[in-house]
Amino acid sequence: MKCLETACLKDISTAIRMSEEKRKHIVGMLVKDEPGVLAKISGLFTRRGFNIDTIVVGKTNLKGISHIVISLQGDERTIEQLDKQVAKLEDVVKLADFKEEESIVREHCLLKINSAESIQKLEKACKKHNASILHTNHKFAIVELVEEPEKIDAFVQEMAAFGIKELSRSGINALKKE
Amino acid sequence: MNGSQALWKALQEQGVKHSFGLTGGSVIPLFDEYFKDNCGIRHIPVRHEQGAAHAADGYARASGKPGVCIATSGPGATNLVTGIMTAFMDSSPIVALGGQVPTSLIGNDAFQESDMIGITFPITKHNYQVRSPNRVRAIVQKAFNLASSGRPGPVYIDLPKDALAGKVEKEESLESMNGKKNQTAGFEELKKAAELLLNAERPVLLIGGGVILANASKEAEELALKYNIPVTTTLMGKSAFPETHPLSLGMLGMHGRKAANYAMVNSDVVFAVGCRFNDRITGKLQTFLQNATLIHTDVDAAEINKNVKSQLSLRGDAKQVLKEVLKIAEKITARKSNEWSEKMKKLAKECECNINLSSNPIDPRKVIFEINKAIKEEDIVTTGVGQHQMFAAHFLKRTKPRTFISSGGAGTMGFGFPAAIGAKLAKPESEVLNIDGDGSFGMVVQELGTCKAESIKVTPVIFNNSYLGMVRQWIELFYEKRYSAVCLGASPDFAKLAEAYCVKGITVERHSEIQPALQQALKNDETTVLNVLIAQESNIVPMFAAGTSINEMFGDCVPKGYFNGD
Repeated sequence: MKCLETACLKDISTAIRMSEEKRKHIVGMLVKDEPGVLAKISGLFTRRGFNIDTIVVGKTNLKGISHIVISLQGDERTIEQLDKQVAKLEDVVKLADFKEEESIVREHCLLKINSAESIQKLEKACKKHNASILHTNHKFAIVELVEEPEKIDAFVQEMAAFGIKELSRSGINALKKE
Repeated sequence: MNGSQALWKALQEQGVKHSFGLTGGSVIPLFDEYFKDNCGIRHIPVRHEQGAAHAADGYARASGKPGVCIATSGPGATNLVTGIMTAFMDSSPIVALGGQVPTSLIGNDAFQESDMIGITFPITKHNYQVRSPNRVRAIVQKAFNLASSGRPGPVYIDLPKDALAGKVEKEESLESMNGKKNQTAGFEELKKAAELLLNAERPVLLIGGGVILANASKEAEELALKYNIPVTTTLMGKSAFPETHPLSLGMLGMHGRKAANYAMVNSDVVFAVGCRFNDRITGKLQTFLQNATLIHTDVDAAEINKNVKSQLSLRGDAKQVLKEVLKIAEKITARKSNEWSEKMKKLAKECECNINLSSNPIDPRKVIFEINKAIKEEDIVTTGVGQHQMFAAHFLKRTKPRTFISSGGAGTMGFGFPAAIGAKLAKPESEVLNIDGDGSFGMVVQELGTCKAESIKVTPVIFNNSYLGMVRQWIELFYEKRYSAVCLGASPDFAKLAEAYCVKGITVERHSEIQPALQQALKNDETTVLNVLIAQESNIVPMFAAGTSINEMFGDCVPKGYFNGD
């Protein structure tokens, strides 16, 4: 038994050894649309020391149910704790882990770009990224892009050359492919 | 019917027999209806809302049923907060009701308005604001269900005055409450657990408060006795296993018994049931349970792998899991050797040091010794927080579940006395002793008025050393005796203070007076405060320092190399 035990022990302990490396985690939750529910969820994150990168809240097709998508960086332990603590909240109906390969992940971005120099150049750059120009005047243009967050990063970087006056990103939204 | 009537009716429907609280502007409509029809509920008016919350908590811990406390809006409700937090940390089911300004005034900084939904959120399982009289009954039902199901805990209900005074027109329908069942571990996991435990050479059963909450003491005892497994308990698990049994190692942890900590250091399989591995148990996490396989059972999935990683986790209600493990164990051939259990029995016996010390000034251990002799199995002991609490946890022998009630996770001074009041109402046939410190008791002394007015008999035994003793001990050990802000100086004469409240008081100055005073107090049919003047600078040892390993316990009784196996 002893050697069996040791073998099985080793087995299990490898399995449970958790990575301390930080990774991106996107968690979605269906919540009851009660007053204060957002405060409760964000409060839980603060209290337990989880740093939220982005948070998106909106209505769903279900009556009285909202969808919240939160993205953050954390190690395995943090993420496991977070999921379990969130699941305990009375207002949380359902929890989903939006793993990248299983989900459609999008972010919406609005930028106010200095367009005094060359609107043609800007148009060309926007076209390359599938971004739309929503408004222009003699000083600036407002452009919009809906894409995966990393692609938005790349687009923002390119826009920096024109001069970004203002920038607003929506935070990450997601749905499961299944 | 108005909201207030609906509320009392709803409480009655939930089987409530007692409530504790203090009235005020926002809850006048509530108590006005109580005046007309109390729905078979006895309301105990306390002297401070913190007392109400602790009393409800003590009631819950003694009875296993949710306790109820009521306060008015604003400061009344905020005074409940410490008590709610205390219940939250120890998973005690209470339903706290707080008045609120009328809904039309909420958010306007009205007189005695406070955002109790915001304030209580982090310290409750859930909270509700009742915005219409129609919702009163449904919310009360949900609150009771939530408080007592799964991992129990407090639920707060915010009651705006108009929801209490307004008419119930179309009552919200009740939900069927048989929906949420505790998830229980699968057969394979349970089997693996049974195999690991029964084949272990040096098994230990670690019992936490979850065993008491799940009423699983019988099952835990059966498992230990049947397979000869030494048992240690956390502070919250104390009384779940008979501490007079040879297999009982007593409490583990910072102020635990060296034999219990020895078992943790040298065990090969630890079966932990309903405990959450607080830092007072584990010491330095990196060195905790290095050599053992940990099987961890908890009803709350979030506790698994939170502080200590387990090799096998069994999610589920303690009673259910233990029952299953017992059933499966029947079919497994258990290890034959008794070497480990015999060794642990011997070590446990060594911890039974002579605490019948005849010295003056009084050694605090002597008081515990005399209490052990004076009380019966079913009597209940509550404690405050500090040295006296650890003396009680370490030396007091409890054998029946729910007979030792203490604030563990929160460490709330002032808990013991009001909790004793609650426990007494839950178990009127039991004597209820409150082992307390002069610091702790001083925080809630006004509830002597409650005892007198409501003819409630409890017995506070004050370990009076005119110090905040535990802090003084830490300063002595870790801050070179720089006794800063820790001496209480002139403590009141608690016996006289009791008399001022028109109850009885006895001061005990010599060790020979302890037992007669206890007997007198137990005989009296009203609250009797024992003001026991103990040696001022005695320490509770052995202990390990915060952040060190559990095998770094020190104290005269810990020989060098004690924890190294042989």
